[in-house]
Amino acid sequence: MERKRGTLVNAWRVFEQSDLTGVVMGTVIGVATRFLMLKSDYRQYPAYPHGKIIHLALGTIAAALGSVAVPALLKKDFTAITFLGMAAQQFREVRNMERNTLSAIDQQELVPRGITYIEGTAVVFEGRNYLSILAAFLTSLGVALFGWIVGAIVGILCLLIVIRFRRGKTIKDAATIEFAEVEVDGPDVSVGGIYMMNVGLEDNQRIIREIGMGFVLTPRSDDAKVTISNLGQRQAILHDVSVRLGVYRDDGEPALLPLAKLDLHSGRLGILLLPREHDREVALRAVSDVPLLEAAVRMPTEANHRKGGAMPNG
Amino acid sequence: MANIVAVVTSDRTKAGGGLPIFYAGDAKETMALAGLIEKIVDAAAHRLAEDLYILVDRH
Repeated sequence: MERKRGTLVNAWRVFEQSDLTGVVMGTVIGVATRFLMLKSDYRQYPAYPHGKIIHLALGTIAAALGSVAVPALLKKDFTAITFLGMAAQQFREVRNMERNTLSAIDQQELVPRGITYIEGTAVVFEGRNYLSILAAFLTSLGVALFGWIVGAIVGILCLLIVIRFRRGKTIKDAATIEFAEVEVDGPDVSVGGIYMMNVGLEDNQRIIREIGMGFVLTPRSDDAKVTISNLGQRQAILHDVSVRLGVYRDDGEPALLPLAKLDLHSGRLGILLLPREHDREVALRAVSDVPLLEAAVRMPTEANHRKGGAMPNG
Repeated sequence: MANIVAVVTSDRTKAGGGLPIFYAGDAKETMALAGLIEKIVDAAAHRLAEDLYILVDRH
């Protein structure tokens, strides 16, 4: 009798430990997911050590919440769901925080990011915390149901998926990018035949003639035409490329302005840049790598081809 | 919306009305004046004709 009781206690301990294993592994995988997605890139955000700490801390909390939910639910402790709800509330706050910070910084930028880009970045920060919760939850579930080996496999799968999908689509998926001549004819500046602006002063005309660099983006499809005509997307291109190539601009020089203008007839986008770096290879890569903003992507062709969607019937 | 903050011209028949108008002696002086005002008020100088500039504020 005594021996049987001892075995029971031991078994209970193992069960306890499996809970703990799930929580620990889930948390570790969740934090790893968040860390992988936090890799700062050429956009240099979050490049600040404190920005990274904030997001890693929040990622840890997210991962812990996700992994703790599994053992709680298995013990029929359904109030655990409320915690997830609370977490969602918390991460919406992350989105606000990012939006506020970036908007505040944006006012002091020589070439601003633009509201659309900021909104996109903020959404990504919120979304990545949920991904972190999900990875932690799935890993923890794997451990709780099938043991730690399955949990580890699920965790590694999650990490691989995150690495695969970390980068979204970029401009080169939507448009072909070509160099174009910057033409300065008197006060009229145009890029590849697309009229850009009127520059009054000869000094500024000379600067634009000397250091101006032109691109023409030709949309790959009708959907892409809508995307690259979006003002937020255009501002994102100008900002990102100016960050990577530098910008010949200062406060009090209103005429030296990187610009993107549409050729209304063909839907092509002309881009005038004033870069510090004139390596064409680097410049081409900089433009190609600009992310497509979620808010700018539209699918008009899909909407118009949907069955019965085009004509009102009655 | 962009605002015209000043007009610079050497031809008195080309500009009039409620805006600040700067009259210059010749085309060269017109451009120099437009350049100075551009830097001072941070508004881009646009050339509409040989001797007619407008300064446009886009802030």
